[in-house]
Amino acid sequence: MSTTPKGKVIMIAGNEACAEGALYAGCRFFAGYPITPSSEIAEHLCRKLPRLGGKFIQMEDEIGAMGAVIGASLTGMKALTATSGPGFSLKQENIGHAVMAEVPCVVVDVQRGGPSTGTPTLPAQMDVQQARWGSHGDHGVICLSAATAQETFEQTIRAFNLAETYMTPVLLLIDEIVGHTTEKMVIPEPGAIEVVNRAKPAVPPAKYVPYAPTESGIPVLADFGTGYRYNVTGLCHTETGFPTNDPKRIEANILHLTDKIERHRDEIMRWKAFRLDDAKIAVFAYGAVARSARRAVIEAREAGIAAGLFEPTTLWPFPYEAILETAGRVKAFVAAEMNLGQMAREVELGAKCKAEVHRVNRVDGDPITPKQILEKIKEVA
Amino acid sequence: MIDYYEYIRAQNFPHIWCAGCGDGIVLKSFIRSLKKLGIAKDDAVMVSGIGCSSRTPGYIDINTLHTTHGRALAFATGVKFANPRLKVIVVTGDGDATAIGGNHYIHAARRNIDITCLLYNNYIYGMTGGQVSPTTPRGMNASTAPFGNIEPAFNISGLAQAAGASFVARGDVYHVQQLDKLIAAALGKTGFSLVEILSPCPTAYGRRNKMGTPVDLMNWLKDNVVAKDKLDKMTEEEQRGKVPSGVLWDVEKPEFCGEYAKLVERLKTDKKKA
Ligand SMILES: Cc1ncc(C[n+]2csc(CCOP(=O)(O)OP(=O)(O)O)c2C)c(N)n1
Ligand code: SF4
Repeated sequence: MSTTPKGKVIMIAGNEACAEGALYAGCRFFAGYPITPSSEIAEHLCRKLPRLGGKFIQMEDEIGAMGAVIGASLTGMKALTATSGPGFSLKQENIGHAVMAEVPCVVVDVQRGGPSTGTPTLPAQMDVQQARWGSHGDHGVICLSAATAQETFEQTIRAFNLAETYMTPVLLLIDEIVGHTTEKMVIPEPGAIEVVNRAKPAVPPAKYVPYAPTESGIPVLADFGTGYRYNVTGLCHTETGFPTNDPKRIEANILHLTDKIERHRDEIMRWKAFRLDDAKIAVFAYGAVARSARRAVIEAREAGIAAGLFEPTTLWPFPYEAILETAGRVKAFVAAEMNLGQMAREVELGAKCKAEVHRVNRVDGDPITPKQILEKIKEVA
Repeated sequence: MIDYYEYIRAQNFPHIWCAGCGDGIVLKSFIRSLKKLGIAKDDAVMVSGIGCSSRTPGYIDINTLHTTHGRALAFATGVKFANPRLKVIVVTGDGDATAIGGNHYIHAARRNIDITCLLYNNYIYGMTGGQVSPTTPRGMNASTAPFGNIEPAFNISGLAQAAGASFVARGDVYHVQQLDKLIAAALGKTGFSLVEILSPCPTAYGRRNKMGTPVDLMNWLKDNVVAKDKLDKMTEEEQRGKVPSGVLWDVEKPEFCGEYAKLVERLKTDKKKA
């Protein structure tokens, strides 16, 4: 956890913290469709946005909500949508449109169990691979995670900052536990946390090329209605924004969508290490499970086992390098997740067989307890 | 005389449309309407879905957004609601708007959001090679209805009206002067305005149904699309098989962005905490 910021102390649940984080980041547009356990984000914003010069709309479905968010973003507004599993599935095609057209926006998924309607009111972490590959086709993805209300607030701001910086949709995955747990949070003073706004064209309209390569690889998209007329499409396109069938241009377009994230992975990836320096057992956990993992690490230490916690707060791009480095120092990883090991396989990929990877999984809708993780630590230590 | 090149993205020509397709005629009619209403190019946003008709934005020099199949009205709702100052036009096909996008279609009409929807009805899925559409008439052939379509067709103008649109019109690409007037009237209307435009697809519909050359398809429009007033005066016998055109519905009702603005004003004087 980052050092507690200065500001007003409140009691708040993760979902409302997400809504407050969005407002702090300057988000003034929300389109959504109700779904448990995410609805409080919409219910919070529909009260706040009209008084802040913002816009709130409940759309006819999640597909429409994702479309409206992209449309709003193209006028220059910071736009948010929030959902859970079934709705996350419905949003995927238009998330791909935002990827292809390079339109910044934030999509929050408060995870419940699946597939299908699954367990609407129970926590899970079963969408983490869908976040990576849910929309068809090759592309880079930024996906963040949060374990507490405070972190949800901060990660929502970071999601907007990353979206505006890299001109891409950014996904924030929390889970029912984080979304519905009311706890202490500090709302920082305005200005205490950096807020990033997308770049504006530095050239006059006559010289403007929307997807022209820039030094950072990130395009500068003008707001609709400001005199820069250009075309936005989900088709493969050239730097002009118009569709192309030229194999070289198609390849350049597709490579760019992965490259623009991969070349900045060091700036995007973040993880937290807790007592990891001298650890022999590294627990790998994120979201609500990281809370149990932290407790398990403390109890393992008390029992004389050198355990530590590797907690990624960026799920994608995945920190393979840091996992490899950790694998060189520990005997084993214990990857604990409320799914059947979706991220454990990324840990295995990263560890390159330099350390064993053991799993603690739970898919019955109950949280993973510290005890469960502790038992596995003892078993493999 | 209009200099069409002032509005056309000629660098993208040749366009993708087949010879004899009606879609280019709509493009020119739309340009004339923009000019007539004095809508600045910078203030206009055209949003489309996927299909032959939905390729129109690539050829017109305004702000343009080509989206996903069926979703143009949802994207357009975001654009318009976020910046109500912009004039938002949706271009969509019969399949785009009333099959995959049917939900957005009825809800955009219900909200009566200030968007002009130009719905090109060619009775078929043109872009994908002639599959059956919700507007393909019963008995007609399509690549996925090789023995004749057994499903009834949507009345897409009626659908918009029933769902809550404030302006509904039907035109076609033969009666172009009327089409100009209808598009201009729709653009001038505040609220959800629909213009259903009958635009022939000789390649994927006409040919399969042995309807002759593109000229024959134009003649079909000439003979069978009849102004509603005129049609009303005809005998039942004469009316058979004819399609009414013109303004079919035009009423005043609250518009979505305007209602939201009123809500915002109300909250300013409302002292109660949110
Ligand atoms: C989600 C999705 N499903 C299917 C398609 C394939 N597709 C592209 S255009 C089209 C139909 C277009 O027909 P219509 O809307 O009537 O437009 P037209 O081409 O006739 O102008 C279909 C089915 C697609 N692009 N996306
Ligand atoms: S397939 Fe039909 S609708 Fe498409 S361009 Fe050709 S004629 Fe027009």
